[in-house]
Amino acid sequence: MSRTLLKVEGAGMSFDTKKGKFIALRDIDLTIAEGEFVTLIGHSGCGKSTLLNLIAGLTLPTAGALICDGREIAGPGPERAVVFQNHSLLPWLTCLENVLLAVERVFGRKEGKTKLKARSEAALEMVHMDHAMHKYPHEISGGMKQRVGIARAFAMEPKILLMDEPFGALDALTRASLQDELNGVMEKTGATVVMVTHDVDEAVLLSDRIVMMTNGPAATIGEILDVKLARPRDRLQLAHDKDFVDCRAALLEFLYQKQVRKAA
Amino acid sequence: MSTMTMNGEFGAKKPIDRSITTSKPVAEAVAEPVKETKMENAAAVAVGTPIGEKLGALGRAVLPPVLGLLILLGIWYVATHKGGSIPGPAQTWDAAVALFSDPFYRNGPNDQGIGWNVLSSLQRVGIGFGFAALVGIPLGFILGRSAFLAAMVNPIISLLRPVSPLAWLPIGLLVFKKADPAATYTIFICSIWPMIMNTAQGVQRVPQDYLNVARVLALSEWKVVTKILFPAVLPYMLTGIRLSIGTAWLVIVAAEMLTGGVGIGFWVWDEWNNLKVEHIIIAIFVIGIVGLLLEQALLLIARRFSYGNS
Repeated sequence: MSRTLLKVEGAGMSFDTKKGKFIALRDIDLTIAEGEFVTLIGHSGCGKSTLLNLIAGLTLPTAGALICDGREIAGPGPERAVVFQNHSLLPWLTCLENVLLAVERVFGRKEGKTKLKARSEAALEMVHMDHAMHKYPHEISGGMKQRVGIARAFAMEPKILLMDEPFGALDALTRASLQDELNGVMEKTGATVVMVTHDVDEAVLLSDRIVMMTNGPAATIGEILDVKLARPRDRLQLAHDKDFVDCRAALLEFLYQKQVRKAA
Repeated sequence: MSTMTMNGEFGAKKPIDRSITTSKPVAEAVAEPVKETKMENAAAVAVGTPIGEKLGALGRAVLPPVLGLLILLGIWYVATHKGGSIPGPAQTWDAAVALFSDPFYRNGPNDQGIGWNVLSSLQRVGIGFGFAALVGIPLGFILGRSAFLAAMVNPIISLLRPVSPLAWLPIGLLVFKKADPAATYTIFICSIWPMIMNTAQGVQRVPQDYLNVARVLALSEWKVVTKILFPAVLPYMLTGIRLSIGTAWLVIVAAEMLTGGVGIGFWVWDEWNNLKVEHIIIAIFVIGIVGLLLEQALLLIARRFSYGNS
């Protein structure tokens, strides 16, 4: 495969609580190559979002190190764009202005206003939101907001795109259409993505590799599954595809047999 | 002249009232945004119904307040119609008509139309309040951003906030040597606390999501302030401003009673010395109506700047 973009070496995360030290994550070793789509899956509370925050640099590990493109991650930065679960669009800016805020930050020094605006518009067009560019977030639906969130992240042309359950708050049909959208965008841009999800179908449909996490506390990587399905992927054809069904079964087995949620 | 006559009884009674009114608005500030959204929802429901129902809704909205006012007038009438020192509604109305037929006359410094009195009170509130905003809002931002400074300043604020603004009046008189700036300064003091506290609270309550966006984009501190903090804090700031104006309008009447000059508070006291009780009642209504208008104007501005949250 292509060159290594992200390396997680023995990363661990613990929090000091009133009852003493709480270990959320331990001994995480993971290497992600350029252009790869990796999904983190596990039961809630397994620390998958914590791991994503470590990669984003929003929190720093208490053990081990994370290296992105040869440099240790010491904080958040625009080369590791994040699509947040609740879209996190600023409500006082229009969709275009939200995207423009990110674009200005990344390309503002080198490019003029018209170029920056064109970039933002192109990003919104890519997720089919060009019709609502000048609307405010509260005027559009949840799925549309998440599209704008994705456009904002893609417009930054990050080295790696981090998505924290990006479709978790959406209904099943909207989620499916956004997954297809994302697959299309991936094929166009060849971006590197790390996504947190708890949806088995979503993981298999989108990923090259699926990282299955054990239950917390002190969660770590249980298994890693390679998804060797050809792209472009079509959800209708895949429904009967043997490899797809096998991958799905492997995930379900891990989640519901090996890592049974104790009295949740 | 009137300043002398009332100092004794006034000074003894008033501070108790004031401490109650000043401490209340802060608790109210926290609950306020929720209340407002509820009101908006109710309004949204009312729209889009057939005309007949709309009229019914209008009736239901208008009838209770009108009925309430009528009952108030009725009680007032019954309580005063046997005569006595307090004038009844009809007497007061006649006096009001006479008074408002010429609101802007000037017969020397101590005898001016009610319009001038209200305007000069508003001017004092405006200036004192403006300075309070100039100092209080930036200070609130700083305290909201720095836990250390907040921990340093909060005890001082907690100590000074419950103090009646009128207790500061003598110090104002001492420093400024004049009654007028001293009254303005009292307004400054009473306006500044809600402004600082609401702004600081707004800054602390900026959703972590927005700050994470700022962190991921690695925005400059200037962009963080202009694009994220300021718009996010604005609704809180406006609540602070509204509470400040409300308090300032309460305090100005009392301050002017003490300092004299031109102003609605002074006017009330002057009319008491002239024993024109119907004018005092008119003043009470005027003060109430002006306060109500101030509050409504600020609510209107606040609604303009409240964003849909989800």
